[in-house]
Amino acid sequence: MPEIPLPDPRWADLPLAFAVLGLALWLTLTRGDRAAVIGFTGYGLLVAVAWVRLGSVDVALTEAALGGGLMGVLLLTAVARLGSDIDQPRPSLPGDLLIGLLCLGVAAGLAVVVLGLPSSPPSLVAAVEDHQAATELGNPVAAVLIAFRAVDTLLESVVLALAVIVLWSFGADRAWEARPRALDFGEPSPALVLLARLLPPVGLIVGVHLFWTGADHPGGPFQGGAVLAAMALLVWLARLGRPPPVTDGFTRLGIVVGPLMFLLIGLAGVVLAGAFLGYPDAFTKPLILLIEAAKTLSVAVALALLVAGPPALSGALSMRRTGSTETGAKA
Amino acid sequence: MDLADGFTAIFVSLGAFFFFAGWVGLVRFPDSLSRLHALSKADNLGLGLVIIGLMPQASWPFGMLKLVALWLLGVLIGGATAQMLAGAIHLDDGREPPGGNGDFARRTSEAGRNNEPGAAH
Amino acid sequence: MTEAQIYGICGAGLVGIGLYGAILGRSALRRLLAFNLMGSGVFLVFGAIARRGGIVDGTLSDPVPQALVITGLVVAFAATALAVALLIRLAAVDREEAPPSAEPGSADAPSVATTPSAGSPSAGTSP
Repeated sequence: MPEIPLPDPRWADLPLAFAVLGLALWLTLTRGDRAAVIGFTGYGLLVAVAWVRLGSVDVALTEAALGGGLMGVLLLTAVARLGSDIDQPRPSLPGDLLIGLLCLGVAAGLAVVVLGLPSSPPSLVAAVEDHQAATELGNPVAAVLIAFRAVDTLLESVVLALAVIVLWSFGADRAWEARPRALDFGEPSPALVLLARLLPPVGLIVGVHLFWTGADHPGGPFQGGAVLAAMALLVWLARLGRPPPVTDGFTRLGIVVGPLMFLLIGLAGVVLAGAFLGYPDAFTKPLILLIEAAKTLSVAVALALLVAGPPALSGALSMRRTGSTETGAKA
Repeated sequence: MDLADGFTAIFVSLGAFFFFAGWVGLVRFPDSLSRLHALSKADNLGLGLVIIGLMPQASWPFGMLKLVALWLLGVLIGGATAQMLAGAIHLDDGREPPGGNGDFARRTSEAGRNNEPGAAH
Repeated sequence: MTEAQIYGICGAGLVGIGLYGAILGRSALRRLLAFNLMGSGVFLVFGAIARRGGIVDGTLSDPVPQALVITGLVVAFAATALAVALLIRLAAVDREEAPPSAEPGSADAPSVATTPSAGSPSAGTSP
């Protein structure tokens, strides 16, 4: 076999970057909101490939799951409920061009900054590698998330729980006992019901595997939790189950268990290891896995509830596509 | 580039060609249903070829088995999604999907209307 | 030109495109999409910086910016979910307050004084 050298992979980066920019420009300028949302989902997947090229596979997984999958469901729900109301007239052509030029200026300034970064960049790779052995984790990103910058991750879990609470507060007062109805779209297609029966067991395994393997390989609680949330959404969309009402105790427990476990173990670390969120040497890996397991559950519950929406009475949410209140959902 | 890499290059390129052919069908065919047909057929074939091409790069046995599982999932989801899209296209054009939505779906959605989660067998 | 620079410039371009869409987007949902584009562009610039750290040290990428971006992605998703729920709720409130003849069969009586309707619809459209 003649020795053909492999081409430089950077030749693939230029078309990918152009595709990302072109798709972003298209979905900003296109007419229909639904087309823009579908384009945004495709954009999220292209950006996930860009993240792989940047060597950040964990971020690529998160972008594909959250930015592509869950965000796509969320935005399609929004388009179905909101329609394409134009609430801001197009400015005159000179104004349009001026704003375009200013935005181009912002982009150019940022590009100059990116190109002008110092040629010997500061890097924390060595620092992370030196201390990673103490956490017994093979994945450096997981070590950073759960050990070296654990406060950020703790606060993020709390932010997710708070986001669900704020989301629930958007419901009408008299709808508090009702279930979320943003995903109620009438009779599901039989193909959707088939998927909702076949995929959740597979998704459950994949989600738990993503969490478990995140200790040593790309993956982790966020990616696994996103897959689990997607399976719950699939079941709800196919009407094989319904989103829980706000008052359900298990749901509230599920949202809270992640941050609570994280906080309790962190406080225990004050006593056992001398610092908040310090892990005692003997139990480092088991504690980390316990925190991450609780976090996966909480992330899954919170993400699924964020897409399911606030509680609403039947008939309160309309389908703008048909221009009338939906008829499928009864109390 | 050794034999495995050459095999990968050839089959992934073939798969990419079929994805491109699907795009040509998307652009050139007159109505939504035929575009959907072209896209789903070509994309399934392209995916299969890409997976075959990636086989030499995966570890034996589990890497290859995971690739096959990926392909099966892709075929399942692609087929179901195409069915859903076709049903939506029929409804958009104002007609019932051919064959209706089936007794199975009616029973399932009646259970849904009576709000019995999971009561549909 | 390393791939870090290519995607860094791509991220810069995305920030510009997102800014344009956020200012001139036709509907609230489009402005929300554009805002997400801006966030995505900023994350790509982070990724470029992580990759530069990796190139220098011989690994794939610096893990600390990656962790920051993962946190940012989750928080951006939560914020988008809140914005979408707010838009849907505002549309529902606007419909309830519209003349009854406009929406036959609406189940809610227009007695929603208890819910703070955010003053004016435009208050909810800024991301």
